[in-house]
Amino acid sequence: MTRVYVSSVIPAPAASVWRRVRDFNALPDWTPFVAESRIEQNLPSDKVGCIRNFVLSDGGRIREQLLALSDYDMSCTYSILESPMGVENYVAKLTLTPVTDGNVTFAQWQADFDCPPEREQALTEQIGRNVFQAAFTALGKSFGGR
Amino acid sequence: MARVRESAILDLPVDAVWHVLRDFNSHAEWHPAIAASTIENGLPADTVGAVRAFSLSDGGVLREQLLSLDDETRELTYCLLDSPLPLYGYVATIRLLPVTDSDRTFWQWESEFSPPPERAAELSALVAEGIYRTGMRALERHLRTRAGAGVALRVARAHVAPDPEPPAAAAHAPQAASAGHLPGRAVVMARHGGPEVLTLQDVSVPPPGAGEVRIRQSHIGVNFIDVYCRTGYFDLVKPPGVPGMEAAGVVESLGPGVTHLSVGDRVAYACPPTGAYASLRTMSADLVVRLPEWLPAPQAAAALLKGVTAGFLLHDVHPVRRGEWVVVHAAAGGVGTLLTQWATALGAQVIATVSDDEKARVARASGAQAVVIGRGMEFVETVQRLTGGRGADVVYDAIGRDSFDISVEALALRGHLVSFGQASGDIGSRPIGPMASKSLTLSRPNYGHYIEGRGMMTTQADRLFDAIERGFVRLSEPNVVRLEEVSRVHRDLEAGQTIGATVLAT
Repeated sequence: MTRVYVSSVIPAPAASVWRRVRDFNALPDWTPFVAESRIEQNLPSDKVGCIRNFVLSDGGRIREQLLALSDYDMSCTYSILESPMGVENYVAKLTLTPVTDGNVTFAQWQADFDCPPEREQALTEQIGRNVFQAAFTALGKSFGGR
Repeated sequence: MARVRESAILDLPVDAVWHVLRDFNSHAEWHPAIAASTIENGLPADTVGAVRAFSLSDGGVLREQLLSLDDETRELTYCLLDSPLPLYGYVATIRLLPVTDSDRTFWQWESEFSPPPERAAELSALVAEGIYRTGMRALERHLRTRAGAGVALRVARAHVAPDPEPPAAAAHAPQAASAGHLPGRAVVMARHGGPEVLTLQDVSVPPPGAGEVRIRQSHIGVNFIDVYCRTGYFDLVKPPGVPGMEAAGVVESLGPGVTHLSVGDRVAYACPPTGAYASLRTMSADLVVRLPEWLPAPQAAAALLKGVTAGFLLHDVHPVRRGEWVVVHAAAGGVGTLLTQWATALGAQVIATVSDDEKARVARASGAQAVVIGRGMEFVETVQRLTGGRGADVVYDAIGRDSFDISVEALALRGHLVSFGQASGDIGSRPIGPMASKSLTLSRPNYGHYIEGRGMMTTQADRLFDAIERGFVRLSEPNVVRLEEVSRVHRDLEAGQTIGATVLAT
């Protein structure tokens, strides 16, 4: 099992950041790499169990299922059903935590998955830097960060 | 049941913070509320079940027991055994998490307890503020002022990576020694010399210490003094070093004790020490001012130094009064344009000198009553004619050597020569005897002495912003050039090929 962990500080109150990210169908609105997204079978995007089906800017298609959503903990857990990345048993969790000193947000994104050992480093880099960190950077910028 | 949860981001690597916090006996070293701490029965401080006895700064005593300690998740839990306060059933958890994209630490400190209901609010506030929030900031200060960290900060504060060889690597791989450092780019002057000594390098910018601010700079003002610094005429930048005294941007982070700024504020500064030619800079917060909403960063970076200069020359060095005759030399230059506009707005009558027709048009557009090309006897005659033979009340002179005598000539009795530059060369030594023939006053103001300290700088900046808002001075669009082209900008500036102000965009 391989773990990728990325965290960042978003310069906005956690409730504001959570409004942006809790919508499981909203990746095109706040990440730089998702071109379009839909929820299969027209389900509401906050129905646990729903599946988002989205296309990356580079053309790849990914299907992910919402496993858990908590407005109390401000967290969202999902698994990959289908992707061009070649990962197995991929489960990821995005969590926001308020930072009381400064009224900003501590954001964490973690993924656990299986893959062939020789691909582990490339996948860690791809997911950690090009997906999670790129998304956090864009999110921070959208709230006036650097 | 009361629940308290406080959290903070510390500008330190998570392992450095955890190293201290996992020591159940360390509080007396860093928490201001704890005067002394011992572990009972001589147990090691990381023994689960160990009891620590605290003597509080106010004389009280309390005992706490370590319930769990987890080096894997960087988490520890403890409970209160005896306390002078009714914090019944108090169990607290400390948890640290790394901020992976900036090598910082997220610290959460929370607890649950059952206070008497009428004291719940008071005790919750005490725990949140007096214990947790105070403690988190105190530990950050404690760790950052320790000798090793201090040295690292000072080295990097020169804005040049300690080892100039692998700058690109430093930008992408934060090292354990560079707690809270962020990658940036800076124009480094390798030695004194021509424009070619300026090169763009990756640098590691330290987090702000006490009284400091780290600014993400969007625009940098280019001033002629930067050329003097580069050539070595002024000894303000020791190579290798970063030139520049003026920039605008956004506050990225603040050190302890800075209260007049907030993260995210749009700010600017115009002051020594040098180091402005950079995308990210850590500096003293005292001379950094907040920008009004309506003032764009490129204009601020272009105008703050020149505008503050014009402001103190017209208000502090010689307070210009309505009806006075004011001579401005080089009236189409950066400061000259602002002096002409502002003095006119104050009700003075400006006689401008310039070097050619094009610049004469600029001076007239700035409001000058009369414009003279050149600074010979024609200039003195113009002044005498316009003032009815009396002469000018004040002359603002940044030309220096070539204009000094003619400026004295043009002044009225009890007139004031304000000599604030030497574009034509050093003035050298002058006899002061002739000044008695008209009871003249001579001033040689130094910019730094009029922005000394936050109060003075704020006054100067506010006066400038007010003058801009009221239309006393009009800022023209600066030329915006990419930071990469800094050498060319210096070359053009020295060749006199620039019109208007130039700013570097990061």
